[in-house]
Amino acid sequence: MSLFHTKHLRMVSVIGLSFAFFAVVLPSAHAQDTATVTGVGSSFAAPLYQNWAASALKDINLKVNYQPLGSSAGQNQIIAKTVNFGALDMSTSVEQLSQANLVQFPTAIGGIAVVVNIPGIKENKLRLTGDLIADIYAGKITKWNDPRIVAMNKDLALSAIDIAPIYRADGSGTTQVFTSYLSKESEGWKKSFGSNTSIAWPTGMGGRGNGSVASMVKNMEGGIGYVEYAYALQNHLNTAQLKNLAGEFVSINEDTIQAAAKAADWIHARNYSIDLIDMKGDDSWPIVSTTYVLIPAFNKDSKEVTKFFQWGFSHGDEIASKLHYVPLPIVVKEKIAKTWEYAGVSSTDAKTK
Amino acid sequence: MSLKQSAYQSEKKIIPYLFSSLMWCGGALILLIFLGLIFELCWQGRQAFSAFGFHFITSTTWNPGNQEFSAGTALIGTLVSSFIGVILALPLSFGCAYCLNELLPQRIARYITAATQLLAAIPSIILGMWGFFILVPLMAHYVQPFLKHLFGPVPYLDLLFSGGTFGVGILTAGLILAIMITPFITAIMQEAFANTPTMLKESAYSLGATKWEVMHQVILPWVQKGVVGGVVLGWGRALGETMAVTFVIGNAHHVSWSLFMPTNTIASLIALEFSESAAGSLKMSSLMALGAVLMVISFFVLFCSQLLLKQVLKSR
Amino acid sequence: MAHLHNKLQGRSPHLMRWRFIKNHCMTVFAFFTILIMLCILISILATLIINGLSGLSLFTLTHMTAPQGLPGGLLNPILGSLIQVGLATLIAIPLGIMGGIFLAECSNKKLSAVIRFIADMMMSVPSILIGLFVYILLVMTFGYSAFAGSCSLAVLALPVIARTTEEALNMVPSAIHEAGFALGAPKWKVILWVCLPAARGGVITGILLAISRIAGETAPLLFTSLGNSDWSWNIFKPMASLPLTIYQYADSADDTWIQLAWTAALVITIFVLCLNLIARIYVDRRRKKDQ
Repeated sequence: MSLFHTKHLRMVSVIGLSFAFFAVVLPSAHAQDTATVTGVGSSFAAPLYQNWAASALKDINLKVNYQPLGSSAGQNQIIAKTVNFGALDMSTSVEQLSQANLVQFPTAIGGIAVVVNIPGIKENKLRLTGDLIADIYAGKITKWNDPRIVAMNKDLALSAIDIAPIYRADGSGTTQVFTSYLSKESEGWKKSFGSNTSIAWPTGMGGRGNGSVASMVKNMEGGIGYVEYAYALQNHLNTAQLKNLAGEFVSINEDTIQAAAKAADWIHARNYSIDLIDMKGDDSWPIVSTTYVLIPAFNKDSKEVTKFFQWGFSHGDEIASKLHYVPLPIVVKEKIAKTWEYAGVSSTDAKTK
Repeated sequence: MSLKQSAYQSEKKIIPYLFSSLMWCGGALILLIFLGLIFELCWQGRQAFSAFGFHFITSTTWNPGNQEFSAGTALIGTLVSSFIGVILALPLSFGCAYCLNELLPQRIARYITAATQLLAAIPSIILGMWGFFILVPLMAHYVQPFLKHLFGPVPYLDLLFSGGTFGVGILTAGLILAIMITPFITAIMQEAFANTPTMLKESAYSLGATKWEVMHQVILPWVQKGVVGGVVLGWGRALGETMAVTFVIGNAHHVSWSLFMPTNTIASLIALEFSESAAGSLKMSSLMALGAVLMVISFFVLFCSQLLLKQVLKSR
Repeated sequence: MAHLHNKLQGRSPHLMRWRFIKNHCMTVFAFFTILIMLCILISILATLIINGLSGLSLFTLTHMTAPQGLPGGLLNPILGSLIQVGLATLIAIPLGIMGGIFLAECSNKKLSAVIRFIADMMMSVPSILIGLFVYILLVMTFGYSAFAGSCSLAVLALPVIARTTEEALNMVPSAIHEAGFALGAPKWKVILWVCLPAARGGVITGILLAISRIAGETAPLLFTSLGNSDWSWNIFKPMASLPLTIYQYADSADDTWIQLAWTAALVITIFVLCLNLIARIYVDRRRKKDQ
């Protein structure tokens, strides 16, 4: 019997050690992160939330784990309550909100840039209209030297490169905004494809998230895509000028996005759902969108979420502007604070608990 | 004394019982996981199967906006890309196995075998990343224009090589899959070749046969099933590969004759669409149904490969 | 063989030349394929080293991931991967060894043959489906967690460990087996304290190979552990991991993120290749000892 004894001991000690590992890891794990919130959704707003989260950690000792999986993911997962908050670029209908007992509020305004990769074309020189882009994505225009593109860009030397239309393969609020812009601009697009978070694209290829679209445009000659402005800027992509409602060609920058945002009518908007596409004004960028957050009403974890966004609204404007989002007007922020209180998720309660 | 005796007795009864039941659990677990995998996927996909019926497999529309889903596009993409992978991997792995087993001296062959096996160990996501950053530009600038130039004037064949040369697409995916499965097939072929009786080989050599003749007319007929089984196993692996493919397939829902066009495979479609499908929705159910379709295909392919391999490889 | 014999009987010089040309062609072809595979391997490793090495600094290894635009490292994905792979191994080892013992020792030969067949198939089942399976079982009810991620990795490792354990147990000479019985030890004692220690080498090799297989798996983690941009000890919450970080970073257009993705890829590859090498050297050494 003693022959097996040392082996026996070793085996027992190994098993014991592994149990000890669990015994130590599991309880400590539970005790540690009461103040972590998980969010999923829009990659449009991801740079903003992740930068806010990095700064907020020091100020309010709250960890925010934000995964940019796309707006549809944000909507679905917050309805399924697998995360603490969902982030979307499109507003959710009142019925859906009340059905899932969710609260919706906007966090920032951003512009969507049309980016291209054509060798030999300088930064921000190419001029396009919504109609042309619709035809490119519909597969009717397949070469960069198509007469209709050349007619608009007589000063540019466009060669016969194939156009590679790149879209979001995942369900995305950016797509929703972009396709509603195309639907507004082109009757044909509206009829055959319409606008949604993901549509049946007739041609081209898809990327996952804003980052992937940016990366594909960057790496693919002849590519055209649409991304949130911060992505275009951070990744040094070549943006295109667009014709706005006033008939002017405008380039995307903070001023043109701001110009469009100014025209927003927040007072009459129900649940903050406003449409910022094709706003009036000579220098309004035509594709501008608000980004929203959904949280469950009357929920303890939601208080942590609002604590984070409260911090963002009061301290995060500078970060937002640096990332080229347009911060919300003070009036709207105050209105949102009231909404939180009304829905029982205000962070001021969280402090007293 | 009697107390000790009875404790010993009970130990004698309980521990063997405990041990054998644990052992049975271990075996049953493998069986349960496998059956559970098939059952759960089919069960979760029932909503899609009942909503679309057989149409789910034959149709090619995928329109989340209208709640229309089908497996057609992804199924074709999966089959075609893995087929390209196998077609490319077959000569490669046969050449490697022939070289390593019959041509090179053992001392060198050992190191090269280890090197090819290292290739098999590289995680697929890294292959995908390498494919996207290295292979895709190479395809876009050299390979695809060359193929287009070569087959452009040929009727019918030009259909396969039409469209824009963007580098991504089903051909590139097939290439990455070929790189992935070649080490697997090579390893199995090597094992099969080595299992050929030495006496057979040596009697062929003594007749004056060349190395290729020994390979072609002695070894290959002897291990036929093993080689086929290895190739089929490689095919099975290629069918379900996700990460390597996702990076280079292009994620588009169209079917076309062109090998340059971006499309989708079942695995890449699931990976892409999964996070945004609500639990209980028709879309989630469709993805599970896609998983079930993939499971059924892989099951048959792997089943065949294991049957073939079992007869040749002693260790299996 | 008979066919070959007939062919070699009539040796016309023309036929001889043709045979040797064919032989040479095939030799050239075979060496060419080897060259292609080696080139691909070298290209992958070189790309990884060239792009990844410059990012492999102390800073990268000691800092958390950061949002785009801020300097960040890879500390949380590395720790997350270690914890998830470690936990998966801890789950898979006892279950896998139990399964292996069952396969080797079960008296019902038919049943064990069926399970062996299934285990062989499970080694090649698409990993993404195993991710879906664990999602259905665990995530649908308990939400995303590192634990669910570990479970899916454990399912992947399980058949590998079970089959290698079985093979190793079968290699144990029956004399040792019988000596144990002759001493009057019950079956469970003989298997656990005699056969298993004797088969130790094979089992460890199997475990190492299983770990190297699951270390780089991405697809199952996608549905189970979700990823985390911050650090969390809680294995019942989402956790970061290297493969998921690569999946996210490689697909962005941000240069620093792509750099980090290459570095992460290099770290995984080094880890996996080292495990593989150790396993292989171990096998070789044991083989030499046996001879």
